[in-house]
Amino acid sequence: MSDSSESILAEWSERIRVAAASGRALQLRGGGTKDFHGRTTTGERLETTAYRGIISYEPTELVVTARAGTPLAELEAELAAQNQMLAFEPPHFGSGATLGGAVAAGLSGPRRMAVGALRDFVLGVRLIDGRGDVLRFGGQGMKTVAGYDVSRLMAGSLGTLGLRVGVSLTVLPRPVAEATLRFGMNESEAIERLNAWGGPPLPLSASAWVDGVLTLRLSGAEAAVQAARQSLGGEAVGAEEAAAFWQGVREQSLPWFGADVGGGALWRIALPSSASPLKLAGEQFIEWGGAQRWLRSQASASAIRERAAQLGGHATLFHGGDHGGEVFHPLAAPLLAIHRRLKSAFDPAGILNPGRLYQEF
Amino acid sequence: MPETQELSDEPLAFAREADFSAVDKVKLIEALARVLPVGALMYDPEDVRPYECDGLAAYRSMPLAVALPVSEEQVVAVLRTCHELGVPVVARGAGTGLSGGALPHARGVLLSLARFTRIVHLDPHSRTAVVQPGVRNLAISEAAAPHGLYYAPDPSSQIACTIGGNVAENAGGVHCLKYGLTVHNLLRVRGVTIEGEVVEIGSHAPDSPGFDLLALMTGSEGMLAVVTEVTVKLTPKPQYAQCVLAAFDDVIKAGEAVAAIIAAGIIPAGLEMMDQPATAAVEQFVHAGYPLDAKAILLCESDGTPEEVAEEIGRVRAVLEASGATEIRVSGSEAERLRFWAGRKAAFPAAGRISPDYYCMDGTIPRKRLGEMLEAIQAMEGKYQLRCINVFHAGDGNLHPLILFDANREGELERAEAFGAEILELSVALGGTITGEHGVGIEKINQMCSQFATAEIRQFFRVKAAFDPPGLLNPGKAIPTLNRCAEYGRMPVNSEHVPYPDIPRF
Repeated sequence: MSDSSESILAEWSERIRVAAASGRALQLRGGGTKDFHGRTTTGERLETTAYRGIISYEPTELVVTARAGTPLAELEAELAAQNQMLAFEPPHFGSGATLGGAVAAGLSGPRRMAVGALRDFVLGVRLIDGRGDVLRFGGQGMKTVAGYDVSRLMAGSLGTLGLRVGVSLTVLPRPVAEATLRFGMNESEAIERLNAWGGPPLPLSASAWVDGVLTLRLSGAEAAVQAARQSLGGEAVGAEEAAAFWQGVREQSLPWFGADVGGGALWRIALPSSASPLKLAGEQFIEWGGAQRWLRSQASASAIRERAAQLGGHATLFHGGDHGGEVFHPLAAPLLAIHRRLKSAFDPAGILNPGRLYQEF
Repeated sequence: MPETQELSDEPLAFAREADFSAVDKVKLIEALARVLPVGALMYDPEDVRPYECDGLAAYRSMPLAVALPVSEEQVVAVLRTCHELGVPVVARGAGTGLSGGALPHARGVLLSLARFTRIVHLDPHSRTAVVQPGVRNLAISEAAAPHGLYYAPDPSSQIACTIGGNVAENAGGVHCLKYGLTVHNLLRVRGVTIEGEVVEIGSHAPDSPGFDLLALMTGSEGMLAVVTEVTVKLTPKPQYAQCVLAAFDDVIKAGEAVAAIIAAGIIPAGLEMMDQPATAAVEQFVHAGYPLDAKAILLCESDGTPEEVAEEIGRVRAVLEASGATEIRVSGSEAERLRFWAGRKAAFPAAGRISPDYYCMDGTIPRKRLGEMLEAIQAMEGKYQLRCINVFHAGDGNLHPLILFDANREGELERAEAFGAEILELSVALGGTITGEHGVGIEKINQMCSQFATAEIRQFFRVKAAFDPPGLLNPGKAIPTLNRCAEYGRMPVNSEHVPYPDIPRF
């Protein structure tokens, strides 16, 4: 690592140390493409984009290690050149998206149910905690059980536990073949079919249901994709149109996601894949084999949370609505106690993105 | 920052292990007898003896009592009692662990989950199973088989090991590269904290609000909470599988072939390597028909639909040919495929057959460093005057050298341990880790001092304290105290000044 990179870390450590001593909140930020996610916070900005670049990439080890400020687009282009990918398809939500920001947000894209979530691909992290200490956890191999899995704990913690400065991720080869199919069916039929199709070994890699149309993506060996196409039927979608569609799902750039905010707030509802239809007022876009349901609704937060909990899941206020109130589903009391103690274990002065995840931390 | 504040920031038991000598056995047993039914509490030495060690028999310790609860309420009661009396608790599944994670605490309670053997619910539609922690790994796959599903992680002890232990160790197996470890196949655990609080971590949804506590729990070696129920993800059983056996006249070439397979964009269902001594040892034992003149053999498995397998096997064969394999065999039948695997799966018993004792290591290294590692191990065989046979989860960089020794010969156990320690040190030096899937437990706790600096170790203690503030769950395991690292002679790297100058160093 170059001297200038190391000096950036030393500078950040010092800034965090000073902020902790004076109890001044810091807002950790990468490209700012996911500023909307989580609760609204205030504080002095610490921008990570200067700390960028791939540190090591070994295609045959299936691992890439990069600095947190590395643009996701740059990282994905490097991988694509070796015919590999970030298989969890992290949404960028803008051209400036960084690797660190993606890990902090913990969001995964259309391929999530087939290959795992972002957290499943995190192998190691280097971070600066709320004391200004530079720490390293995990490693560059897929298997390690030495010490607690702090690396994965960082995924989705929205910068409340530390400033990630480097990340190692598993990468995977791009599939040899892909095909996209469309079927007309209603919501409950789609949920039923998606779960039924999950049973046999079909190469399903993404699903999206909206407005009475279910779109499926198949990925894998040529023979597997062809065989699945035969057995599933449906209407084939051209490669170009399919690529644009899945990109639109991943980036939420499809017209559905751009709907008038007058339609209400956009909620992300995560459920057991086989959970019955939500039956809440509003419009829905269903992904992940039924396990991720986007709901644009004017229903009250409490009604939405209650229904999500009843179906065994949880609801997150994604776009619109009141991001000054609680955005994430409330935690049960014993879990909340553990969260509080973990927060103070990593950030005793409570200065790292305070209030971004939950009001009290 | 004032010094007093910094001191108060130090986690419990970080500098040195807590002292539990004041635990009163009589009082403890009286208190436990009040909350457990007859037959669920044992404390006579002859009853307790079977629990004195787990799969790492070199370490033994008699607990004050063994609790065998049958319900979550009883687990809660045992933990509340121990919390109140300040007594250490060590949870245990089947006791097959290889790192001493379930080694009892001499002043504590051994909490066996062996009676939690119920499959609570198996839902083929959502492909999930809710099971109690004492359910055996293989029993889950057996229960799921009629639905064409199985539980993917398959540690070699899967006929005996339990899912609770798998969670505690983040167990792997031979199919991790494609199907992941325990952490990738869990949806939820329900557990009890030392304070007797029931916690639901994870959910049947794809994720949960808040921090990813499920990741922390997985592989936490019983140090954070006691698991009372687990939901696992079930995987569709591949229709068909075929295995390729390739022989090489050079281990380096075999290692390069592994890299070439990955570089070709293939993620095999299994990718294993054995060196010549390992091949010879298993061949005498199972007669798998392995080529004995090969310096290394590779087993590469492909699964999926028959068409998919045929396509992948063709690509694998091409890569192996280009990598200089001296012989390539493709299993022509299910019987032959199983025979190819029989030898690999029998490596541990085979080591036991050719040597009175063996010591199994579990380091991981980047795949490309394999050649260096094997050469170094050869040199260590000379240095320690002991033989070592090597089996390798090549796909995920997890090496299992089996060091052969005879504990009845003076000094051999010590030499075997020193040999093993050197392999682990080298694993760390090559960019790997000291344990891929067996856990740290008590066995590798010293090597933790090599893998982590003081600041990280301190942070591990803080993480533990967030779940277990009094430090009563499995104390003294997995995370070394500063005192221990000092004794081991591995004082923390990265520190500008030497902490705890009052601790004796050797």
